[in-house]
Amino acid sequence: MPLEFKLNPSAQRKNTIDFLKAGLYKVSPLGYYGEFGGAFIPEMLYPNVEELAEKYLGIIQEEAFQKEFRELLRDYVGRPSPLYLAKRLSEKYKTNIYLKREDLNHTGAHKINNTIGQILLAKRLGKTRIIAETGAGQHGVATATVCALMDLPCVVYMGEVDMQRQAPNVARMRMLGAEVRAATSGSKTLKDATNEAIRDWINNPKDTHYIIGSVVGPHPYPDMVARFQSVISEEIRKQLQEKTGNELPDYMIACVGGGSNAAGSFYHFLNDDKVKLIGVEAAGDGVASGHTAATTAVGKPGIIHGSRTMLMQTEDGQIEEAHSISAGLDYPGVGPLHAHLFKTGRATYLNATDNEALQAALELTRLEGIIPALESAHALAKLKDIAFKPDEVIVVCLSGRGDKDMDTYIKKLEN
Amino acid sequence: MNRIEKLFQDKEQRILSIYFTAGFPELNDTIRILESLQHADTDMVEIGIPFSDSLADGPVIQEANMRALHNGMSLKLLFAQLRGFRDKINMPVILMGSLNPVMQFGIESFLRSCKDTGIDGVILPDLPVDEYEKNYRTLFESQDIYCIFLVTPETSNERLRKIDSLSGGFIYAVSSSSTTGKEKDMNKQEGYFQKLRQMDLKNPVLVGFGIKDKNTFDTACQYTNGAVIGTAFIKALQTGNNVEEHINSFIKGIKAR
Ligand SMILES: Cc1ncc(COP(=O)(O)O)c(C=O)c1O
Repeated sequence: MPLEFKLNPSAQRKNTIDFLKAGLYKVSPLGYYGEFGGAFIPEMLYPNVEELAEKYLGIIQEEAFQKEFRELLRDYVGRPSPLYLAKRLSEKYKTNIYLKREDLNHTGAHKINNTIGQILLAKRLGKTRIIAETGAGQHGVATATVCALMDLPCVVYMGEVDMQRQAPNVARMRMLGAEVRAATSGSKTLKDATNEAIRDWINNPKDTHYIIGSVVGPHPYPDMVARFQSVISEEIRKQLQEKTGNELPDYMIACVGGGSNAAGSFYHFLNDDKVKLIGVEAAGDGVASGHTAATTAVGKPGIIHGSRTMLMQTEDGQIEEAHSISAGLDYPGVGPLHAHLFKTGRATYLNATDNEALQAALELTRLEGIIPALESAHALAKLKDIAFKPDEVIVVCLSGRGDKDMDTYIKKLEN
Repeated sequence: MNRIEKLFQDKEQRILSIYFTAGFPELNDTIRILESLQHADTDMVEIGIPFSDSLADGPVIQEANMRALHNGMSLKLLFAQLRGFRDKINMPVILMGSLNPVMQFGIESFLRSCKDTGIDGVILPDLPVDEYEKNYRTLFESQDIYCIFLVTPETSNERLRKIDSLSGGFIYAVSSSSTTGKEKDMNKQEGYFQKLRQMDLKNPVLVGFGIKDKNTFDTACQYTNGAVIGTAFIKALQTGNNVEEHINSFIKGIKAR
């Protein structure tokens, strides 16, 4: 006879609600978050994407995989990343601000959580060649790094414009043994680098795994990348419990390019309504300026890179070029999970202009002695716009460090 | 009867289908190119709907897309250009393009406009067959517009059967997994073409991607019902100044026996 557990009615009710909610924000078997997601890919990509969709959950859930993944995150990446109470920043905003220090990870950003996961997966799929796209170069560096570690050849596509504004990362990738190929079409930024990586995959259907750098692309990428990045919120819960006696913050704030650090930051809080989830997109010169990357503010549902999501596009359905000072946020879409969180109102999406981000970067540097990545500075920039209470707990995901942005900082902050 | 079906009924071998991008090289070339193609005895035509970020295309067609968009081409304008084209053109005509512009136009108005102007079929490479079956099939069928699907050497037999059951008019066999315009050796694909033939599919098969001249066309025709030429035709459009004559000699060169 099976054991019967008696739940008290309210707990049972809570479970049901949690289950329903879990269903709301989890990906469906066909790769949908509500009306967003799916896999809109040409037949040439079907065998690769289908193989991934069929196998990713099984592989990720294997004990041996988890052991290897967790060990590398601990000993190679340096996890758990600290949760730091930023005292002077908190004083300024009269509340309690914790920074999730993804900037202290090996290679300097959250991106490596995902590339470690995907390279282990690629190995198990028997792939012998790795490709990736990159915007800021952080994902490219993180991919080149795990390829060096696992001894796999690596090609990284990067927009020509981004190769110039993130030159240190181009040099790092090359030193790590990766081939960096310039994407010269369109706006010559992240969108175009992604196009080129997908075209490479079409032309190399057998031996190659494409390590996508954010929660974008056809199913199962958005879910797979979110799972690998979910270690961020898993740790935050534990760390907050230790530091404050409560595992839930009042606000969880993260920047959104494709949305992987935000997805990882939100993941384990999605079903906790108490936690306000805030994504910050790049407004560029301002949402009404025509030079922006604030997708949820100016976009409409459409299809980009194999996924139905919010998309900046013309009336005719041509994809518009994004504009942001930050190469990592310079993307005209967002991951389908974010489109769904936006549509359902579970998360709120704000945006910060280039100037706001620069000022926020300078502020963090002077108050806390931490130079943030330009991407992360967008999340910090919204602290001034939210009315926090003195007893509230705010967590900001500091997705990366600012080394790669020193050229921009020197140029822009001097004047 | 759908013109594509009629074509394959009347002619089983050496069918030549030509792809060109609407709005390229000049905005208003669409009808002129159609007329020249018909004059040169082309069997069928695929008109590309330009898209800013076409994933399946190589540099030549990408460039043609960008040029067409720069010229001001849009799906709305294309349908306007096509109004009345059936007074002059009898060949089956297919629209081919990425899904997003079609979605923004609205799939139902798109299919209605296809029907109204006299388009016979549609190829949307990033519309997966399962998505089509679930959400779009009845819409296509109600307008008698064929939806033509791609297969590749990597497509499993089981999936091939499914695609065959849903594809209308013919199956578009991508010669080997690649973007458009790649150089390839058609003779290497013999095994794949033979397999397609032996499967005794309900649909005829046309080979596309990498067919660029008489030689590659002839090889494809040995095993299948014919082939599609895209990149090589776009390149030819760029070089000639007397477009009509140029198209005529290009097509004659391919079809010569
Ligand atoms: C430090 C940092 N943060 C954020 C991003 C944006 O990516 P995502 O939105 O996927 O977290 C990038 C991308 O390059 C990055 O380098």
